[in-house]
Amino acid sequence: MLTCKQFLQELTDFLDDTLDPKLRAELQKHVSECPNCWVVCDTTEKTLKVFKGMEPQPVPSHIQAKLMEALEKKKKSKGIATQTDI
Amino acid sequence: MSTSTTAPVFDEPALVARAKAGDMSAFSDLVQHYDRRIFRMAKQITQNDDDAEDVLQESFLKAYTHLDDFQGNSKFYTWLVRIAVNEALMKLRKRRSDRTVPLDEPIDTGEDEMVREIAVWDENPEETYSREELAQILDQAIQSLKPAYRTVFILRDIEELSIEETAEALSLSISAVKSRLLRARLQLREKLTRQFKRQGDDAFAYL
Repeated sequence: MLTCKQFLQELTDFLDDTLDPKLRAELQKHVSECPNCWVVCDTTEKTLKVFKGMEPQPVPSHIQAKLMEALEKKKKSKGIATQTDI
Repeated sequence: MSTSTTAPVFDEPALVARAKAGDMSAFSDLVQHYDRRIFRMAKQITQNDDDAEDVLQESFLKAYTHLDDFQGNSKFYTWLVRIAVNEALMKLRKRRSDRTVPLDEPIDTGEDEMVREIAVWDENPEETYSREELAQILDQAIQSLKPAYRTVFILRDIEELSIEETAEALSLSISAVKSRLLRARLQLREKLTRQFKRQGDDAFAYL
C-alpha cells in the first residue's frame, strides 16, 4: 500500500500519464481510497486546467510596431552585410 | 463577399522555409502567430513590462538573424521559446544580481509545506470570476513562486513544452525539472485552493 507521501511524489508523472502501468494502477488505487489525496490530485488537475485555459493578451500595437520596424531594419542590414561580404 | 471565409491554415514548416529563403512576410506571419505567447512568457518570467518588451524584440531579432541555424529538428516554436527563455533569464539575472537568490538555488524540500489546504473547489472558477479577475488571480499566483519553480511551470504547463524540451531549454536534468514542476504545481494548487475552495467546506471536518 502506497503512503500519501509516495503518492504525492509521483503526482506529476501521474497527471502527465507517463508512468508504467503497474505503478499507475497502484496510484489509482491509492487515490480512489484516500479522500485527501483525491482532493489534492483533483485540485492540482484543475489548477493546470485553469492555467492552460488562459488565452494570452494581444501584444499592444505600439510594441508590435516597434518590433516590425526593428525587423525591417535588421533585414536591410542583413542584406547589406551579405553584399559587402562578397 | 469573398469566395472563402475560412482562416488561412497556419503551416509552420512552410512559413519557416519561405522565411529562410528571405520572404519577410512569411517571417511576419510567424511573429504574429507567436508574439503574444512569447510576450506573456517574458512578462511572467521577468515580471517587468519593459524587460518583457526587450525580450520580445530581442528574441524575434535573434530568431530572424539565426534562422539559418534552425535545422528543423524541433518545432520552430520550441526553438523560439528556447531563445526567449534565455533572453528572459538574462534579464532576470541582471536585475537580481545585486540582491535576492540566484536561479540555481538549492530547492527547498520542506515536505510539510507541500500540502496544507485540502478542500474541494467551487464548480467552475471560470464562471465565478471575470476573465480579468481570473487572469489577475493566476498572475499573482505565478508571481509568488520562486524563479526556479516559476520558469519550469511556465514552460511545461503554460507553453506546453514536454519535460525533455523544458529540461533542454533550461539546461536542467529531467529529474530536476520533474521535482521543480511538482513543487510548482503543488504550491499553485495551494494558492488557488485558498481562492477557489467551496465556502464552508474546509478540509474534511466531517470525516
